[in-house]
Amino acid sequence: MTHISPPEIDEAGSTHARHETDAAAGSARRTANRITLIRRIVGKLLGAAVTLFGAATVAFLAQLALPGDRATVIFNIRAGQAIERTPEELAQINEQYGLLNPVLVQYVDYLRALVSGTLGMSYQQFRPVSEIILEQLGPTLTLTVTAIVLSWLIMVIWVTLTAGRGPRLSAFGAMVDTTAAGLPHYWLGSILLVVFALGLGWFPVISGTSTIGLLLPALTLAIPLAGFMGQATRAEFERTLQQPFIVTARMRGMSETGVRLRHVLRHSVLPAVTLSGWALGATISGAVIVESLFSRQGIGTVLITAVNAQDLPIVTGIVVLIAALYVVANLVVDVIYTLIDPRLPLS
Amino acid sequence: MTAVHTSQTPQTPPAPQTPPAQPSTRAGRRQHPYGLYAALAVTVFFIVALVAPQVLATHDPFALALHDALQPPNLAHWFGTDEQGRDLYSRIIFGARESLLIGAGATAVSITLALILGAAASLGGRVVGAIAARLIEIQFAFPTLLLALLLVAIAGPSAVSQVFAVAIGTAPGYARMVRAQILTAKTSGYVEAATALGHSRGSILGRHIIPNAVRPLVAVIAMSVGQSIVWASSLSFLGLGVAPPSPEWGALLEAGRLYITHAPWLTVVPGLVIVVIAITATTIGQHLQRALESGEK
Repeated sequence: MTHISPPEIDEAGSTHARHETDAAAGSARRTANRITLIRRIVGKLLGAAVTLFGAATVAFLAQLALPGDRATVIFNIRAGQAIERTPEELAQINEQYGLLNPVLVQYVDYLRALVSGTLGMSYQQFRPVSEIILEQLGPTLTLTVTAIVLSWLIMVIWVTLTAGRGPRLSAFGAMVDTTAAGLPHYWLGSILLVVFALGLGWFPVISGTSTIGLLLPALTLAIPLAGFMGQATRAEFERTLQQPFIVTARMRGMSETGVRLRHVLRHSVLPAVTLSGWALGATISGAVIVESLFSRQGIGTVLITAVNAQDLPIVTGIVVLIAALYVVANLVVDVIYTLIDPRLPLS
Repeated sequence: MTAVHTSQTPQTPPAPQTPPAQPSTRAGRRQHPYGLYAALAVTVFFIVALVAPQVLATHDPFALALHDALQPPNLAHWFGTDEQGRDLYSRIIFGARESLLIGAGATAVSITLALILGAAASLGGRVVGAIAARLIEIQFAFPTLLLALLLVAIAGPSAVSQVFAVAIGTAPGYARMVRAQILTAKTSGYVEAATALGHSRGSILGRHIIPNAVRPLVAVIAMSVGQSIVWASSLSFLGLGVAPPSPEWGALLEAGRLYITHAPWLTVVPGLVIVVIAITATTIGQHLQRALESGEK
């Protein structure tokens, strides 16, 4: 009590000093954090690049794995017959595809074709694989993008309506999610086709390129995806409903719907967002089946024809392209997520 | 196990074949797991179909009766008849053997691959571990069906290539799971304790790490059989698996597709059977998982 002023001054001075060191430490920590963040992102980029390179290598090895003499196989695939070929006939094929070169040279040629974007030459159609893919990419992308948008709509509506609404409705909602997620595309598509196209006649049986014809195939892809994302979102949704800030929002007099849409939903869709990279891959894979079922044009139809004909450059071209899309989509989601929530450990 | 299934971090999107486990704390369902009873009943039924199909079938699955062709489901033919008058119900019963064996075979190959890759990635030291981990990531970059299609393109369509195609398509997801399990076990308290007590590396591996990492796989195996059947039938549906006139379920689907406008039951019923099998496998798997988890506590 006797030394009121000096200690006060002292204390004030030391507090000030502490603030300064704190600030310095804080900015150092922030810089360190930023460096870790950048290092993480660069690491992810490198990882994705290695994965892509590996995927391309797998595709190259797959072409080598075709049983039998490759020139004969290619010739027979092209002609649709299985007979012995004369050396003259084979020489031409060998030259065109460089089959007599050492494997390493073939590998470098293959990588060069990938980088240049031609993706190699089709065995059957005498043209670059990229041309064949580009022609058919449009309808498939339209289908998958429509399906992903639809699945988000269905999922958000269904989860908002049923999650955390008492034990019965919640359990029912969750059961529908699980069931929907498990439906095979070919079966769901058949049911939709039988009920809505054949039974009710609302949609064309062969979807063609019309907008109305797009709806059933897109729904076939969207429903299982919605179920799958719903499972992730529902758990988070119900957790968020218990949070104090929700109670606060309610105390402010916000309506139940308002709370759900404005507060809970925003917090609970994050797990589903992280699934979107995976969803893209899954949807494109499902598109193969759906295009076949609804007789739609697209990559899937090209792929099935190529698998049947063993036209491996087309098969590997499509597979590598989709793997690349998938890796890039996952990378983007990953980086965005790291930026949103830097606490996430790098596995 | 739940940790693996529900881990929604961007690094580990769950494989499409393993839906995240439901955080089910519904006490009522625990006391009366009707779902489990139904699943067990379905399992018993199809095991009988696998071992002795003639007991359950009502007709000869291969007998042609053209005057009975394309009949919708009725009392004599419960699931209707196909374009050659063959009884669909009996064909599904007789197709159970091939379908279930393809599913079980694909699961066996897939889990074996996953164990090898997952163990190499988590226990293989710096170089081997890094290579195996990268290999899993590369495989994982291919969606399951596409990897399977790539294999069928090389080997040509058949039941055997179907088994391997589905196995290789689904293996990377399980390999990731095995790797995560082993890594968790490796850093756990009991392994630390065993190391501190001076146990040898081999005995720690054999007595602690492997059993703890493999136990959760039991549930995964159950679910995987169902999923493998779905993938395999997808291949058949695309005309890239077992071909008609085999009564394998995917082949039934493919054959039925031609008649979808006139005889939708030929597609809908075999598809429904596959869905029921998949749900059954998932239900049993989830119950196993829950039982294992409560056993651990």
